[in-house]
Amino acid sequence: MSSMRRVYLDNNASTPVLPEVVEAMRPYFGETFGNASSIHHYGQETRAAVERARDSVARLLACRASEVVFTSGGTEGDNLAIAGLVTAGDHVISSSIEHHAVLNSCKHLEALGCEVTYVPVDGRGLVDPDDIRRALRPSTKLLSIMMANNETGVLQPVEEIGRIAAESDVYFHTDAVQAAGKVAVNVQKIGCDLLSISGHKMHAPQGAGALYVRKGTRLQPLFYGGRHERSRRAGTENVPGIVGLGKAAELALEALEPGEERNMAALRDRLQQGILTHIDEAGVNGDGAPRVPNTTNIFFDHIEGEAMVIALDLKGLAISTGAACSSGALEPSHVLVAMGLPGGRARASIRFSLGKQNTAEDVEFALALVPETVSRLRELSPVYRRQTVSS
Amino acid sequence: MSGGVDSSTVAAMLRAEGHNVIGLTMQLWNQRRLAGHEGMPESVQGRCCSLDDVYDARRVAEHIGIPYYVVNHEERFERDVVRPFVREYLSGRTPIPCSLCNNHLKFDQLLVVAQQIGADSVATGHYARVEYDPGVGRWLLKRPADESKDQTYFLFGLTQEQLSRTIFPLGGMTKPEVRELARTHGLALAEKPDSQEICFVPGGDYKRFLDAYLAEQGGALPDTAGELVTTSGEVIGEHNGIHNFTVGQRKGLGVATGSPLYVIQINGRDKQVVVGGAENLYSCTLRTRRVNLVAVDELREPLRVGVKIRHRHAPAAAMIERISSDDGDDEILVTFDEPQRAITPGQAAVFYDGEVVVGGGWIA
Repeated sequence: MSSMRRVYLDNNASTPVLPEVVEAMRPYFGETFGNASSIHHYGQETRAAVERARDSVARLLACRASEVVFTSGGTEGDNLAIAGLVTAGDHVISSSIEHHAVLNSCKHLEALGCEVTYVPVDGRGLVDPDDIRRALRPSTKLLSIMMANNETGVLQPVEEIGRIAAESDVYFHTDAVQAAGKVAVNVQKIGCDLLSISGHKMHAPQGAGALYVRKGTRLQPLFYGGRHERSRRAGTENVPGIVGLGKAAELALEALEPGEERNMAALRDRLQQGILTHIDEAGVNGDGAPRVPNTTNIFFDHIEGEAMVIALDLKGLAISTGAACSSGALEPSHVLVAMGLPGGRARASIRFSLGKQNTAEDVEFALALVPETVSRLRELSPVYRRQTVSS
Repeated sequence: MSGGVDSSTVAAMLRAEGHNVIGLTMQLWNQRRLAGHEGMPESVQGRCCSLDDVYDARRVAEHIGIPYYVVNHEERFERDVVRPFVREYLSGRTPIPCSLCNNHLKFDQLLVVAQQIGADSVATGHYARVEYDPGVGRWLLKRPADESKDQTYFLFGLTQEQLSRTIFPLGGMTKPEVRELARTHGLALAEKPDSQEICFVPGGDYKRFLDAYLAEQGGALPDTAGELVTTSGEVIGEHNGIHNFTVGQRKGLGVATGSPLYVIQINGRDKQVVVGGAENLYSCTLRTRRVNLVAVDELREPLRVGVKIRHRHAPAAAMIERISSDDGDDEILVTFDEPQRAITPGQAAVFYDGEVVVGGGWIA
C-alpha cells in the first residue's frame, strides 16, 4: 500500500509547494524570525522580506506594491473585499457559480439588509455581461464575478465586466484564485478594483494570499488590531507564507512570460482527449468556453462521481468531484447545476486539475486507470445495466 | 463507520487481522437541517451523521491506518426511510426506521459502493452472526453471543445476496468485550456511550420531528384528530391526532375512567383510536406483509417458531403459515400459543428457530 505509485491531479484544491519556494521560505522559520513591525534589526530583516514579496505579487498582478494587502488566503480576500466595501442598503451583483467564499459573504450581506442579484450562466458556464448590465441599479455598489471557475476552469469575460463597472461607476471585485499563476492576471486590463489570490493554488503554502485593493478604495477591515497592512488587515504578518507567495508569484511570472502555460494546456488536452476517446457517454463541462490551461471537468453518465473518486484514490489517482466540503461528503455541485446539468450528470462529473509538477507520465497513469474504472462503475450501476439490456 | 465504539472496533479488529480495510461513513441526514424549526433544538451533537461522529470515525481510521471516506446518501435516506417513517405515523402505524435503513441503505447502497470500489464484503458493528449452511445451501442470520445487544430483529430483511457479502465481526462478542478490545487497540472512543434513539430524531421526540419536517416541506401536519372509542364502539371522547398514539399506550389519553385504559387499535381510515382495558390488548394472531425469508426459500407448510413482535421482546412460541391476502400478495399468518400484548401494526414480526432467523415481515 505504502509503495503504491500515486499521482495527484487535484491541483485546483491545493498545489505542492515548489522546491524553490520552500528554499526561499526556509530562513524565515529559523534565523530570520523578527516581527516585521519591530524597529530593531530583526524586524527590519523580515519587513524587507515582506516588502520584496509585495513587489513580486504587484508585478504578477501589474499593480503598485501599495495596492497589495496580504491575507490568509482566498476566503479572507473575498470576505474583506465584499464585507469591507458593502454596507446595509447597497446592492451587489454576483453570479450563481462563485466560490462559497463569495456566495456566503453575499448571503451574509443579505441577512444585513443588502440585496444581491446572482446572474446566471449559460450551458458553457459563462456569465453574460448583458445580464450584469440589466441587473444594475442606482444602489448597485459592487460587482463580484470570479475570473476562473474552480470546478470547470471556465474564464469569465472579466475585461468586459470591468468596462461595465467603469461606465457605471460601481466597484468590481474578482476572485482570481484559480486564475493567478495559470493565465496572465493584469488588474489594469481587467479594470477591477479588488482581486483576490491564494498562495496554495499557485505552488505557495497554504495560509497565505493577497488582495489587490485599487488605490483610493476604502475598505472596512475584518479584524480589529494593529495598523498592519496600512490598517487594512490587522495581525502580525505571516512572514514565511508571504515570502513563499512572493517567490511563487515570481516563478509564475517567469513561466507566463514565455507562454509556458501552453505546455500545460497541451498536457490537459492530451488527458481530456485520451479519456473521451476511450469512454463513450462522456463529455467536457464548459466545452466551448475559454478555460484555464490546467483544468478539465468531465461527466461520465451513469456513474456516481463519489464512488469514482474513492475507487481511483484506492488505486493511487487523486482527483475530485468538485469543491471539497468540510465533512468530506459531497453534494451536487452548485456550479454544474447552474450550468443546467441535471443532478445525475452533475454527480457523475469529475474534475482533473494539473499542476506544474505533473508530467506526461502522470497523464498516462491517469489514462490507464480512468477508462477501466468508469466501465466497472457502469457495470455495477443498476441504471446503466437496465439501459444496456434494453438496447 | 458511524463514529461509535462498535464499528470502530470492527475496523480495528479486521485491520489487525491483516485485511485490506477501507473505512466508509454514510452521510444520511443533515442534522442541522431542521434546527431552529418550531420545537427543534438549535443545535445537535453526538448523533449519527453529525460532524462530531464523522470526526470520530475519521480519527479512528487515521489511528489504525486505513483509508477513510464519507459517502453521501441523504437523498436515498429521505426517500426510503424518512418519508415512509412520516407516512406510517400519519396512517396510525408505528414504524421502525432502522430496519428500512438496513434494507435500503446499509446493506443495499453501501454494498453497491463497496463493489464499486473493489471491496469483497461489508463489515459492520451490528450484533448478529452470518453463517453459510452448506446443508440447505443458504446464508443464515443468527442471534449473537450477547443477547442483550441482539440486532437481528432489525436485520430480518437482508437477502441471500446481501448476507453473502456481509460480515458481522462482533457476533461472537459481548459489549464489555468489545469495549475492552477498543481499549486494547487504543481507540480514544472506547468509553463513548451507546446511541439509543432514532438517528434523525433529536431527543427522540418524533412528534416534534413530524411537525418540523412537514413544515419544512411546505406542509402542515394533516388533521388526524378524531374520536376515542371503546372496543364496543362507544364514543368516549376526542383525540388530537392518531400519530400521537401507539398500541399499548396508557398515558395521555385525556379521559378519566375507573380502570386503566390502553390504546388497543388505531384505525387510520376513520381516525379512530380504540381504547379498552388491559385484557383487550392481548391477541393470539397477527398477519405480516412484505415477508422476507432467510433460512428457508419458501414456507411450504406450517412451521413452529419463536416470534418477536418488537425489539425488546422475548420470542414467543407460535405457528406460522403462508396465506393469500385479499390483494393476492403473500402474507404470513402468525398464531401464538399464548396471547401476546400490544401487537403493533408497522412493527416487524421476526421468526426464530432457536438462534436462527427464519425470516420476518411487517405487521399489518
